[in-house]
Amino acid sequence: MVIKNNKITEVKNHETLVKKIVVGIEGFDVISEGGLPEGRTTLVSGTSGSGKTLFALEYLWHGIQEHNENGVFVTFEETPNDIVKNVKSLGWYLDDFEKQKKFAFVDASPSPDEKYIAGNYDFGALIARIKYAIEKVNAKRVAVDSISALFSQYGDTGVIRSELFKIGAALKEIGVTTMMTSERIEEYGEIARFGVEEFVSDNVIVIRNVLDEEKRRRTIEILKFRGTQHQKGEYPFTITSDGIKVLPLSGLELIMKSSTKRITTGNKELDHMCGGGFFRDSIILVSGPTGTGKTLITTLFVEAGCKMGEKCLLFAYEESKEQLIRNGLSWGVDLNKWVKKGLLKIVCRYPEAMGPEDHLLFIKKQIGEFEPTRMAIDSLSAMERVLTLRSFREFVISLASYTKLKEIAGLFTSTTKTLLGGESITEAHISTLTDSIIILRYVEMHGEMRRGITMIKMRGSWHEKEIREYVIDAKGMHIMDVFRGVENIMSGAARSVSAYEEEELKKLVK
Amino acid sequence: MVKKKSILKLYIAGQTINSIKAIHNLEKIFSGELKEMYELKIINVLENPQLAEDERIMATPTLSRELPLPIKRIIGDLSDKEKVLIGLDIVEVGNKWL
Repeated sequence: MVIKNNKITEVKNHETLVKKIVVGIEGFDVISEGGLPEGRTTLVSGTSGSGKTLFALEYLWHGIQEHNENGVFVTFEETPNDIVKNVKSLGWYLDDFEKQKKFAFVDASPSPDEKYIAGNYDFGALIARIKYAIEKVNAKRVAVDSISALFSQYGDTGVIRSELFKIGAALKEIGVTTMMTSERIEEYGEIARFGVEEFVSDNVIVIRNVLDEEKRRRTIEILKFRGTQHQKGEYPFTITSDGIKVLPLSGLELIMKSSTKRITTGNKELDHMCGGGFFRDSIILVSGPTGTGKTLITTLFVEAGCKMGEKCLLFAYEESKEQLIRNGLSWGVDLNKWVKKGLLKIVCRYPEAMGPEDHLLFIKKQIGEFEPTRMAIDSLSAMERVLTLRSFREFVISLASYTKLKEIAGLFTSTTKTLLGGESITEAHISTLTDSIIILRYVEMHGEMRRGITMIKMRGSWHEKEIREYVIDAKGMHIMDVFRGVENIMSGAARSVSAYEEEELKKLVK
Repeated sequence: MVKKKSILKLYIAGQTINSIKAIHNLEKIFSGELKEMYELKIINVLENPQLAEDERIMATPTLSRELPLPIKRIIGDLSDKEKVLIGLDIVEVGNKWL
């Protein structure tokens, strides 16, 4: 299997007994492990507005555009004119393909003429028309949208069921790969409205559009692929101006590389604490309460990159570009200089501006365009605020896998809820994904708020375990000595270890 | 009251039981006094799929009244005489042929 830019470009025959055809929808070929089973019928079921028609059209469009496989679209709902018009906004010109004899409609949309049913009937004419259209454009791909409309047009479930079998058998005989859509009423319930659709196909895909804590969440799940493998469970997808994008999570982790090259953190002491700098392709999480210097560490991280001539991309979810630049100046860092040189790009967005899938695609797009070697997000917690727990986790996983894939050093910050001690959801959910974790904490000592820094994780390397004190001034960050004579710093309730205790301990060691 | 002449088309998909029945039933319905009331053309969609596409015929058999307008369509083997006559608007409800 060859994966390029989140798309499978090639599947070798011996990898699967049931041959699959590459659909071309980003991410779908990853979760389907190669596309749709060739020469078979796949049912795509979803509620109204879940994106079934688009899915079916995109399947055909990629076939013609990228794989030289012509398509036939059988429509039971929308008229061909409406469909042609609707997809023009995606830049798909189906009417051109029609003229070039690469694409054909079978128009089975409801006709306004009066219709009486007087006796037994079958869909012989429809089958003849489908066969004729396939022959006319030499089609390899067929989409039927949606078979549920057939039930509402004709109503005789028994006849429709047997006729659907006939259509399925006819398509199989011709050897085309078919996608049929059908409507469901509930997001989690029966697969298809009339309870018969799922029996006419070997493969079932369910697409959902769930309202989750006031936010729409689209997911796709491959329920069954007869006789062949696929990824299980629901995967989020989004509909963009270029069509459907599925975001596979586990699919990407398989091809992560690991670099041993070190890069500087932008602070000499911090470099020392993590054993010589971060790894080239590592994910670093900086966690701490507000005002401990997370933005400072981010600023130092990107400045260090720019100084080495590396391109850095900074996503700010809490502050504007001007604020970030001003902050930098107060620590003696001139970010504006690097922006002007074209080495630094600062992107500010409100987390509320779009859904998680769109944020992710936006970030990917920015990375694709700018091609940075370092990127930072300040802060991930801002994102956490607007996403549901599940979407947030998926967002972080996808983001982390993507930056790893591109061998980008990614630094994310996370804000803890309480000033002293505490943890954040961000930490809990992404700590296993990160390679390095830096914890910043306030330490209350002798009536003063002091700051402590420690590395709690540095995957694949030695790192310092001590908790060090640091101060922030006009020259940036200064990491000093280890806190002596206190314990319980990380929990926030530092406690002095008395001189007597120290003496006793020394005696024990002796 | 008997209305004026109808131009009918019967779309069939080859010689299936339904299409044979439909032709037979149609002849029966239009026998006797109604014989002069129609002109029939039979179209086999297996031979003329483009015609079926143009006319958007889905089910077979489909009986289509082309004239007088508006177009009326009746689906099935035409075993329900009453529905056929009312559907084609050839006789009114309560007519002696029903």
